[in-house]
Amino acid sequence: MNFDFSEEQTMLRDSVARFVQDDYDFYTRRDIVASEAGMSHENWKTFAELGWLSVPFDEEHGGFGGGPVDLMVMMEEFGKGLVVEPYFPTVVLFGGLLRAAGSDSQKAAYIPGVIDGSILGAFAYLERQSRFELADITTRAAADGDGYVLNGEKVLVSNGANAGTLIVAARTAGEQSDTQGISLFIVPADAEGIERVTYRLMDGQHVANLAFKDVRVGADALLGEAGNGYAVMDRVIMEATVALAGEALGLMGQLNAKTLEYTKTREQFGVPIGSFQALQHRMVDTFMSYEQAKSMLYRAVCALDNDDDDLGREIHALKVMISRCGKHIFEEAIQLHGGMGITDELDIAHYAKRLMMINATFGDGDHHQARFNALSYGSSSSGTGTANVASMSDAA
Amino acid sequence: MDTSFSPEDLAFRDEVRAFFDEAYTDDLRERTADSKLYRDAIIEWQKKLFEKGWIAPNWPVEYGGTGWTPTQNFIYESERSARGIRDVVPFGLKMVAPVIYTFGNDEQKERFLPRILNSEDWWCQGYSEPGSGSDLASLKTRAVLDGDHYVVNGAKIWTTYAQHADWIFTLVRTSSEGKKQQGISFLLIDMKSDGVKVNPIESIDNHHSLNEVEFNDVRVPVANLIGEQDKGWTYAKALLAHERTGIAGVADSKRALAEVRRYAEAEVNGGKALIDDPLFQKRLSDVEIELMALEFTDLRVLSAIADGGAPGAESSLLKIKGTEIQQQVQELRMDVAGYYQGVLPTELSNDVVGHDFGSAARQSYMYGRAATIYGGSNEIQKNIIAKAVLGL
Repeated sequence: MNFDFSEEQTMLRDSVARFVQDDYDFYTRRDIVASEAGMSHENWKTFAELGWLSVPFDEEHGGFGGGPVDLMVMMEEFGKGLVVEPYFPTVVLFGGLLRAAGSDSQKAAYIPGVIDGSILGAFAYLERQSRFELADITTRAAADGDGYVLNGEKVLVSNGANAGTLIVAARTAGEQSDTQGISLFIVPADAEGIERVTYRLMDGQHVANLAFKDVRVGADALLGEAGNGYAVMDRVIMEATVALAGEALGLMGQLNAKTLEYTKTREQFGVPIGSFQALQHRMVDTFMSYEQAKSMLYRAVCALDNDDDDLGREIHALKVMISRCGKHIFEEAIQLHGGMGITDELDIAHYAKRLMMINATFGDGDHHQARFNALSYGSSSSGTGTANVASMSDAA
Repeated sequence: MDTSFSPEDLAFRDEVRAFFDEAYTDDLRERTADSKLYRDAIIEWQKKLFEKGWIAPNWPVEYGGTGWTPTQNFIYESERSARGIRDVVPFGLKMVAPVIYTFGNDEQKERFLPRILNSEDWWCQGYSEPGSGSDLASLKTRAVLDGDHYVVNGAKIWTTYAQHADWIFTLVRTSSEGKKQQGISFLLIDMKSDGVKVNPIESIDNHHSLNEVEFNDVRVPVANLIGEQDKGWTYAKALLAHERTGIAGVADSKRALAEVRRYAEAEVNGGKALIDDPLFQKRLSDVEIELMALEFTDLRVLSAIADGGAPGAESSLLKIKGTEIQQQVQELRMDVAGYYQGVLPTELSNDVVGHDFGSAARQSYMYGRAATIYGGSNEIQKNIIAKAVLGL
């Protein structure tokens, strides 16, 4: 048993940390967020040159062959710097789906482009009514000759404003919330019939709503098996959740460090406020929240690496923990910064908003706790309630 | 980063399982659960562990430790708790022994360690005093040098199982000069000495495990002083860090939580099993998820210690979180019992009253309140983290 990072992981971490330190201060980031694109294409080129975009891909496609721990350490550093460039939607989500379900020719067609930075990707899965239910999909893909015709609407598509290529979850069979009958399609974002409305979120992301009106795609657009897209999404989103939790950990660590530093320098009643026991104990509590979140993340990343049988439970627990600890830490950071804590001028607010967005992504803490409970508890004898763990696991 | 078990680890797990299955008999299980039979039963079990060579996993190998890796320790603890096997009595094996082998002289090591290993001696801890709780260094029990003896006067309190003990390790004041931490010495006292008196304290669970121990002109040979006179505070602090590492109690909390789930499956309210109640499920998973994380916090600390780090302020985190979780699990267990938590164990028999776990659940909940008080209260632990980790 060890919790050490490999030499490569340490190098990756240091490489991202250096970039954040040298080229991504708070004001640079603020200008990037305010820009038309909401990201820096210049930075994206740097990411490609430094090899970061290749990390999770196989060596045969020009990748680095990294695993979940590699992604986790990088995402933690992105979190510390509040990096808004679309690493997560493009490399982790879009790239993850390609890795999980792409045919050889699809991988050959898209992965090199992701790695060299020429392809920005997005995964369009959410719909207006979906809330946190991934299988709640009404967008239809009707078979039409050799290909399919897509109709429907996707919302809050992360990196949807800049993505040139989309992976779209659409229904080829089944009812609104069935897990069966969902298929994934690779669609150029400029395909005829796609109407794109872009807008910004509180964490600086530029997202899009995408309306599909009789969008025609060929048979080669189908990613994975028809009707079995849900299993692919579910798996990739579990992997992505671990990466996202890595980012959250980076955010939490920065909030604690900045708050601690502030209480050592801010004076009231003639002494630093960090000398007050009432505040010290609150900071000990946020320190413990951070350590517990980190432990849960390490637990989940090991479960993912070992492909544990009850991975789903681990991921639900991780999301609960990230939600709970994240909120605890940013609320305390705001409180201990006093009046300044509620200004937009201070970076604290921006760390908080990113943590809030991560909490909502793929379902909030309550959603995952309910899932965790359904997988874990329920009477085995009474026949009421949720007895069959195996079937719950299938549905989750 | 890797937490998977190697083939050697799996073989070790099989060995642990085989030994527990064979050695921890049902009869032993019943007797250790009975407070009247506990002393002899736990000694019998500890002697079996001694014969197997597993009585003191955390000691250095040269003194009788096992030299296990953190993974092996984790496996051992998990298997132990999964079977509901009581942990060893900590006062000798986990508390005084590390002080003796770290700070004692050769004569003391030879004299005391073998008798701790084979459970010949039962130890108790003499730290707290009627007037000194969290401010431990304010202790007033005095030891005055008289020839080759110290003459000890004063009292210790909250002394667990003093009524069973052969020896007590104490902190005594040997000087009033300088800072209050500086005049304290670490002294081992034979409980059979003239002038030692044990007064029982009935605790909130109506058991007798706590005591007050009085010392009236008790003569203690100078040979029983650990290390140097007036340096005892340093030794005790090192011991407290050890004490706190074990205090996370992750494996035992896992077992206790599994028990709560079983009880809640059987308990029916309005025709519905309690385990199916969403509010109850929420409370259950609030604790379980914290415990899942704490298990890895514990492993991270153990792994850092194995790499050469000493247990430091991280052990305070384990103590705080570990005891909070223990109390939450105890509370859930008691709540499952409903009305039956009120039944006294000495009244009607279990067959007559209904649930057989109600009174035990209440007792462990009530006595369990002590966990956030002893070993340095959780508020004291927060002070330690604020100072040592946060630099405040």
